Amino acid sequence: MTATLLIRSAGPGVSVQDTGRPNMAHIGLSRGGAADPLALHEAAALLGLRAPAAAIEMAGMGGTFEVDVPMRIALTGAPMRARIDQRDIRWNASHLLEPGQRLTVGAAEVGTYGYLTPAGGIATTPLLGSRSTHLTAGLGALLKDGDRLPLGADPAPETPAMGLIPEARFTGGTVRFIEGPQTGLFAPETLARFEETTFTRSATANRQGVRLETEAPPFAAEVTSGLSSDFILEGDLQMTGDGQPYVLLAECQTIGGYPRIGTVIGPDLARVAQAPLGAQLRFQRIGIDEADRLAATHAARLKTLRRSAKPLVRDPASIPDLLAYTLISGVTAGRELEE
Amino acid sequence: MFDDVSAMTGRAEQQPAEILPLGRDGWLVRFALTAAPWATAAAQVLNDRAQADPPEGVLRVMPSLTSVLFRYDPETTDRIALRARIERLLEGRDWREATPEPAARVWHIPVAFGGDHGPDLDAVSELSGLAAEEVIRTIAETPLRVLAIGFAPGQPYLGLLPEALDLPRMSSINPQVPRGAIALAVRQLVLFPNASPTGWRQVGRCAFRAFRPEAEAPVPLRAGDELRLATVSGGEMDGLLAADDPEGGARCEIRR
Repeated sequence: MTATLLIRSAGPGVSVQDTGRPNMAHIGLSRGGAADPLALHEAAALLGLRAPAAAIEMAGMGGTFEVDVPMRIALTGAPMRARIDQRDIRWNASHLLEPGQRLTVGAAEVGTYGYLTPAGGIATTPLLGSRSTHLTAGLGALLKDGDRLPLGADPAPETPAMGLIPEARFTGGTVRFIEGPQTGLFAPETLARFEETTFTRSATANRQGVRLETEAPPFAAEVTSGLSSDFILEGDLQMTGDGQPYVLLAECQTIGGYPRIGTVIGPDLARVAQAPLGAQLRFQRIGIDEADRLAATHAARLKTLRRSAKPLVRDPASIPDLLAYTLISGVTAGRELEE
Repeated sequence: MFDDVSAMTGRAEQQPAEILPLGRDGWLVRFALTAAPWATAAAQVLNDRAQADPPEGVLRVMPSLTSVLFRYDPETTDRIALRARIERLLEGRDWREATPEPAARVWHIPVAFGGDHGPDLDAVSELSGLAAEEVIRTIAETPLRVLAIGFAPGQPYLGLLPEALDLPRMSSINPQVPRGAIALAVRQLVLFPNASPTGWRQVGRCAFRAFRPEAEAPVPLRAGDELRLATVSGGEMDGLLAADDPEGGARCEIRR
């Protein structure tokens, strides 16, 4: 019997996401996949999985979920209020969800994209090498109330609940970028002013991109009219017609006509995707050699992420039957595993 | 160190092409910033040449309208050495005079122009000063090439049309054209693989599906392919659309 995840109710932006479809720009398909891929790696670390599994991405608001076999789940990304039945459970942690129990995930407390990863992974049929819903490409659809998704088997359902301290990325902050083919179209003063400006994440944001606002004058390129359409990519800082920046995200188009000031580096892009409405963002230009070093550090960190997952110590007051649990002492006081 | 990237991004009027970084894993060879027929031809020729014999370390070559992108693995590739190999690919040729080779594959695709299938044909006629029949004849007689695939999956940019059809995009966006819509702007046509908003003017519609996610070849068209749009009546198109065959009556002729 295959395991099933029942989506009893879903928020407005709930979809299946994995690490997406990299390297398909030649057929006009952007990577797509999780808006915050680090959250999938964190989930894999919590669940002891070798590679990130397909998960439920929840934009701003979660839903209620049930399983029909015992299944560990990991909750990562933007912290959201979560309960199993009436019991509050930790974010950035794994938990066992049993048949008959109901997992309720509420609104994001900070950040934008939260992730629910079943230990067996969502086992829908891959399309073009991925299970990710890519709305702009017409692949898959948002999840709705009553949907059922096949799950793989939990490889180790007996593993105790784990927790980790996530990399901070849910409140905006400084984001690094490298230059691109059109950086030279902006006057040096405009580029300098861009780095000195604090932007606010606007209400216009989705998996394709995030619009930024500022009181500062527009950041116009010196050549704007008649630019030939050219390749664009995830992370690009695109200046729209009014000279306000728009940061392209995972589900962006692959060719575009607006000038771009540069490209946000991969390790910092989740900070843009996760920035909640009204969060402040600043941009700092770095050299491509430094971007290479940061990418290597990031890749190394992903490989060792599993070590940062520690068994959760539960607050004895919230445990209905103390004797049913094996308490692990001295690992963590618990609170530091929360945001 | 890689400080000379700044120098490379400066615009140069004399150079036939600039080699510019695009992300951590791409070198973009850009022939022109704004639309120019010679640059489109140059991009086609360079793409052909690089596809046939990709520089060592290159994972993927793809053309845009006035540029060609070379993607590589930044972890295993010496970026500067690759740039030198791309430079060598550009040497010894006058790119302003580049002429694309005849296409290896020619697609014949039935299209209905005007009426319900091409609601903006009259606007194109008015703006170009050509009679509607003349617009259709011009499009049908132009051997179109797939200049780029992108924006959305499978979506081809086709061109170039004669100068009379060098029309700007609309000032407002059409919220939705249907799958198979053929829309015109800036001497090009786009064939929409899916329903889409667009600022281009819809002059026709085909039943050919340019993106088939479940198929073995999800994107049947390739950059460099030639397209011949064969005029059919609105009624015939209704029949082709109702038949729901992804080929939509299209035929692919192999020339070499």
